[in-house]
Amino acid sequence: MDDLLSEFLTETSESLSTLDVELVKLEQNPNDPDILSNIFRLVHTIKGTCGFLGLPRLEAVAHAGENVLGKIRDGELVVTPDAVTLVLESIDTIKYLLGELEQNETEPDGNDADLIGRLNHFADTGQIPGGAPAAAAAPAAEEADEEVPMTDDEKLQAAFDAAEYDPDFEVPDEPAAAAEPEPEAPAKPAAPPAAAKSQEVAPAKKAAEKPKAEAPRAEAKESSVAAQTIRVNVELLENLMTLVSELVLTRNQLLQMVRGKDDSEFTVPLQRLSHITTDLQEGVMKTRMQPIGNAWAKLPRIVRDLALEMNKKIDLQMIGADTELDRQVLELIKDPLTHMVRNSADHGLEDIPGRRDAGKPETGTVTLNAYHEGGHIIIEISDDGRGLNLERIKAKAIANGLATESELEGMGEQQIQQFIFKAGFSTAEKVTSVSGRGVGMDVVRTNIEKIGGTVELKSVEGRGSTFIIKIPLTLAIVSALIVESGGERFAIPQISVLELVRASNNSEHSIERIHDTPVLRLRNRLLPLVTLKKILGLDTTQESDDAVDEEAFIVVAQVGTYSFGIIVDRVFDTEEIVVKPVAPILRDLSLFSGNTILGDGSVIMILDPNGIATRTGEITVGGSQGVEGKAKADASDRETTSMLVFRAGGSEVRAVPLALVARLEEIDVENIEHSNGRPLVQYRGKLMPLVFIDGSYQMKAEGRQPTLVFQDRERTMGLVVDEIVDIVDDVLNVELTADQDGLVGSAVIDGKATDLIDAGYYLELAFSDWFGTEDNGGEKKRVLLIDDSPFFRNLLTPMLSVAGFNVTAVENAEQAMDLKNRGVLFDAIISDIEMPGMNGFEFAEALQDDAEWGEIPIIALSSHTKEEDFERGRQVGFSDYVAKFDRDALVSTLIQTLSSM
Amino acid sequence: MSDKNALVPSQEKGGALELGGDSQDFVTANIGKQLFGIPVLTVQDVLGPQRITRIPLSPPEVAGSLNLRGRIVTAIDVRKRLGLRDREDDEPGMSIVVDEGGELYSLMVDQVGEVLSVPKKAFEQNPATLDPRWREFSDGIFRLDKKLLVILDVTRLLDFTSSIKQAG
Repeated sequence: MDDLLSEFLTETSESLSTLDVELVKLEQNPNDPDILSNIFRLVHTIKGTCGFLGLPRLEAVAHAGENVLGKIRDGELVVTPDAVTLVLESIDTIKYLLGELEQNETEPDGNDADLIGRLNHFADTGQIPGGAPAAAAAPAAEEADEEVPMTDDEKLQAAFDAAEYDPDFEVPDEPAAAAEPEPEAPAKPAAPPAAAKSQEVAPAKKAAEKPKAEAPRAEAKESSVAAQTIRVNVELLENLMTLVSELVLTRNQLLQMVRGKDDSEFTVPLQRLSHITTDLQEGVMKTRMQPIGNAWAKLPRIVRDLALEMNKKIDLQMIGADTELDRQVLELIKDPLTHMVRNSADHGLEDIPGRRDAGKPETGTVTLNAYHEGGHIIIEISDDGRGLNLERIKAKAIANGLATESELEGMGEQQIQQFIFKAGFSTAEKVTSVSGRGVGMDVVRTNIEKIGGTVELKSVEGRGSTFIIKIPLTLAIVSALIVESGGERFAIPQISVLELVRASNNSEHSIERIHDTPVLRLRNRLLPLVTLKKILGLDTTQESDDAVDEEAFIVVAQVGTYSFGIIVDRVFDTEEIVVKPVAPILRDLSLFSGNTILGDGSVIMILDPNGIATRTGEITVGGSQGVEGKAKADASDRETTSMLVFRAGGSEVRAVPLALVARLEEIDVENIEHSNGRPLVQYRGKLMPLVFIDGSYQMKAEGRQPTLVFQDRERTMGLVVDEIVDIVDDVLNVELTADQDGLVGSAVIDGKATDLIDAGYYLELAFSDWFGTEDNGGEKKRVLLIDDSPFFRNLLTPMLSVAGFNVTAVENAEQAMDLKNRGVLFDAIISDIEMPGMNGFEFAEALQDDAEWGEIPIIALSSHTKEEDFERGRQVGFSDYVAKFDRDALVSTLIQTLSSM
Repeated sequence: MSDKNALVPSQEKGGALELGGDSQDFVTANIGKQLFGIPVLTVQDVLGPQRITRIPLSPPEVAGSLNLRGRIVTAIDVRKRLGLRDREDDEPGMSIVVDEGGELYSLMVDQVGEVLSVPKKAFEQNPATLDPRWREFSDGIFRLDKKLLVILDVTRLLDFTSSIKQAG
């Protein structure tokens, strides 16, 4: 039989049995819109599929039935037992037709004009035609009507009575069934409601249903196609799978024990056991395998609707729909897949004029391609649309605070494209009904990674995008590489292993070092390396580094698009393992994804390459997990600040908060011009003054000079440095030595004493000379700055001065109160929240009812911008809330606040 | 998960001190000179020396994990947990396997003794002066003829979250 047809038959007979139950429920709760729409949907589906398969007779019946249901749904008709009976009759007709269809693969001759006529008549008039024939049974029908107000129990009881004590309950109708076209009315309304409630009464229902069909149809039994398949609880299958997995492991264990003993008496039975186990494993696996087409079934419809809505022409191509994969995996990728296809059709493909302009055919193509590759399933979703717009992604990344412009500048296309996997990232300009809500790709990625899969993205602007999903065939057993490090063995899931490299000093691959950080040259790329021993804390000998260099095995692993090498002591072979979760007390160890028992019976930890990547500082494109982890770490480690560490004039390292730096540039010394004795460069169509760290600083004679670009609204200034060393996240502990101009103080950053430069000083240096006079125009607004941290006071005071404010800075709220008592007035107050003594909230509260200061707007300054803080701030009278380090926001807020007064 | 039924339902554990007649049964274990008792119903197994896989980066009290008939059991060094020094002699220790919230843990002790039935009236609350760490893990004391039996509260012994907080 045609696959499509048999699938249709199985599915439809399932829907029909649901329908029976649902209709009966509807009769009990005629006003429940959920049930009604469910029924409507089922009938609608049947109708739709019939039309699709070319089954006109079925379709006609279903259509008439749907018609009636539609009217009921719209409230034009009332649900009465008669109406339900009529609909049930049409469903029985459908069943009969299906039965015929199954036997002969064609619809039987004849038509159902009579039934359809009655359905249509009812739909039009709300009257059941031919009510007279049912009159003979009217008492029973009325009885049934009266039952409606009964409680369920009573109804059940009634049905029991009918079934048990009145065996003739439906029998008298049977002769009538042969004679009358619609004799079912009497028995049906009573029995089915109960049947829905109780198994025991089921025979009554069956018996009641049968007579209502025409005599020959009464023999229409359960669809035999349906009988060939049984429904098994998924949990049962899962259990079976787990057991088989264990069995496989035990078998492996036995095999290992017998290996090498040729004459063992166990050899032969063990071989048999082995074969049977393998067959069993395959068999059980097969029960869980489903063609991926099942997950795709809904896509053509989605794409079609989308095409209509968006006014696009879309051709959805599906290749490899019969590729099979584990049911569990299939379930898990269904939603991500749907989402990605929607994305491709919605964001990816241009509309018709857009495509015409781009010189492409009007019809856009979305291609789904699934195939097996080395124990994995690869699913490609590609479109020939506009591709990812890098500029928009960049802009969005900056707007969302995911990266600074300077960070983006240093990123490759691939890395930038990865941003679409971040939470809240949608570059669609407007939210359509289908996509653009920004909850998309990060969820997709998380879901896929949850099942041990990976997503890759290739996109060429103007040519289209391709997503490549790689997922394991099954979740139960994974293949893993067993390695040794520090005397312990570990498993690394094979899916994240790209290759193995053996490095030694004499071979072409040798480990090189950049300031103690090992790297490996691999095919013209520099691969960052981590030593497993070190990150696992198994490195007991401090001086083992050199020994590692002599000869080492490197496992090249990939997480997302980030690949890195893991240095291990030894590599064993790959083994099939069953991943078991670790004990709850070990859940916090992000480096492990689970543990397992090896063939030799020993327990072994499974490494999580994601965890290793996060641990080793790969944070920019590591996916949502990494970002969350980082955010958590930030919260727990008090405030950390990203500092840009550099060298300028001398060997000591200096640092500046990264947030203050707009961009990092390299300026060719040849391009530096001088005006009025001062160096400057043309930068982005403007002149940018360059300043040096101190007066004695000597620039390079030639070549390129790294420069930190500071930006203050329209003005830019470049600070010339020797070398940019690093970007470090650390807790700032400034120890003040502010006697030198241009320095805020010293702090320990990344374990080294570092001079913190005062960016404001240099801004002033550049601007007072170049733009200084402008600032003095007009009366300066007086601003009071309260912050307990000398660093911030020293940072913000010059910055605000440069922005044209007259700043008074004090250490704490008490000092501010002193100023108030002395009668000093300000136009605005900027106050920190966390301060020793009186904190910002208390301070604001104290001022709220003050005669002089009560009206002064207060802007809160804090690194913790939680929602409740915000709320509390508003309550105690803060006019606004600005995050520390967000100097642009601070200045603009200040200006706004002052101008609104 | 398949042998879940074989495990002792967790509710019985807490009630062990209250249930039963006039006496209660404990599996006794020695650590140093001290005698400890673990309610007999919580005990799954008693093991001799085992091959243990170390778990890097785990809390120091976690000795590693081991394979007990196909199940992975986390081994806890009770000495470390109680703040005692490591053993000085090289005697191989023994372990008592307990079930906690569906997970198996192997409590490593110096020696496992016998199953002891002690009269309920011999029960005493923890002395107020007891080391706070011990007080946290002890459910109370039984007066025996020549010794004192410290009852271990397995749930608290294995609750690493609260002790991490203490440490921090």
